[in-house]
Amino acid sequence: MFLKEYITDVVTGVTSLLKGMRKTGYYFTHPKEIITEQYPDNRATLLMSDRFKGEVVMPHDANNEHTCTGCTACELACPNGTIKVVTKFETSPEGKKKKAIDTLVYRLELCTMCNLCIVACPSDAIKMAPNFEHSVFDRTKLTKVLNQPGSKIREGIE
Amino acid sequence: MYNQTEIIKDTSELGADGELVINMGPQHPATHGVLHLVVTLNGETIKKIEPHLGYIHRSIEKMCESLTYRQFIYVTSRMDYLSSHINNLGCALLVEKGMQIEVPDRAKYVRVILSELTRIASHELWLGAMAMDLGAFTPFFYAFREREMITDIMEDTCGARLTMNYIVPGGLMYDLHPDFQKKVKAFITQFKSKVTEYEDLVTNNVIFQSRTKGVGILSAEDAISYGCTGPVARASGVSCDIRKIYPYEVYDKVEFDEVLETAGDSFARYMVRVKEMNQSIRIIEQLIDNIPEGDFVGKTKNVLKLPKGEFYTRVETARGEFGVYVVSEGGTTPHRIKFRSPGFSNLSVLNHISVGSKIGDLMASMGTLDLVIPDIDR
Repeated sequence: MFLKEYITDVVTGVTSLLKGMRKTGYYFTHPKEIITEQYPDNRATLLMSDRFKGEVVMPHDANNEHTCTGCTACELACPNGTIKVVTKFETSPEGKKKKAIDTLVYRLELCTMCNLCIVACPSDAIKMAPNFEHSVFDRTKLTKVLNQPGSKIREGIE
Repeated sequence: MYNQTEIIKDTSELGADGELVINMGPQHPATHGVLHLVVTLNGETIKKIEPHLGYIHRSIEKMCESLTYRQFIYVTSRMDYLSSHINNLGCALLVEKGMQIEVPDRAKYVRVILSELTRIASHELWLGAMAMDLGAFTPFFYAFREREMITDIMEDTCGARLTMNYIVPGGLMYDLHPDFQKKVKAFITQFKSKVTEYEDLVTNNVIFQSRTKGVGILSAEDAISYGCTGPVARASGVSCDIRKIYPYEVYDKVEFDEVLETAGDSFARYMVRVKEMNQSIRIIEQLIDNIPEGDFVGKTKNVLKLPKGEFYTRVETARGEFGVYVVSEGGTTPHRIKFRSPGFSNLSVLNHISVGSKIGDLMASMGTLDLVIPDIDR
């Protein structure tokens, strides 16, 4: 009785192991089904999703113009104090005073990529970029100014 | 509170009655995070297990008190990071319940589909990690192959792989990706053809079965008295699926079975999760072709203010019941917030089910509890 149980145990044990090994052997002989990506080597062909939340950027057009009005909606929506909008008053040729951004400071090290600032922005001035390689040697380099030097607001954006 | 000197006992010294105290964690690879277990042993037999928590405490509940009702949702992704979508859903449901916000049907359908995808991804990760704890290395890669498809869907639709923050009070943050339905259908076909591999590799494996069957038995009475929820309680035969008992969103419109096992051991907990993945696929199949057209977000006020009072909602995460309790004074931020996390109650049962067993069995009983430490500590 004991011998019979022992032999059954050995047989079922070996069969179940062989079943598992068959799967392993299948993938060993079918290398096309392997889906591993060799990340640092495939950088040129690596495709990120267009919605991937990597960092906040401010798109500028060919005339170095953006659409940020300096309304600070993004600053209010941010849960971590990542964005700081510094505004100034510009005088137009007609002598009118108009509010505009001086700098839009973005602190990447505090950002959690929650997308609330993008949703809050009424003029679509900022968006998420799919860049994810953020490592730098100095922490101060993570504090970025999003508007390019010399840029100004596009005509017709209120 | 405990005394610091009590924990770090001199482990080389045997106690008076031959007891040995070892500290497992907070950096032990099998604890999946910073869980510190003080295990009292007599030979190889476990006499007592004391979990010590607080290594990843970030005071999320206190933090939420200074955030508005739009902002506090994203923090909850950082608690149970494997079912972050369902955590976000629980918080959004609370705000919608408190303010009587109408949610469009399209948002409801998408929320349920994404919740079920999250559940599958969480169970896949658990299956791989659990098999690895017990010495099987290959299932980890197979489970992650399917999980990768889900994280790709999440990345396309929500913009992030783990901490999605896609759900806002009133609906969704932005509309679905045009490829969403195609990709989910591709995932379903892939999952259905590959799920038999898990059966071959793990379920029918004799070593796995003998290490989990009859190990860490939890009776139905104990599961109730310890407050266990989710697959842990369902493996003991306790019917506790929030999706069935208190249906939210469109769970009352879809057909699915609540998976129940009666054995209560580690293998039953394993089987519940594997069968639950198939039920989640069943839910997605019913909904994916019927996503109604229309708005993806309902009309909400610019500034959300909950009326004065107390609110509680619960959802079923991959680990069990997740509850959000908010006391509001009528302002823009919660006065007090409390999260009922499933992991905390499930961890408290560990001492009860492991006492008297060997230390090797601790891996099996702890692995099948599916602990996520940031969810326990918050």
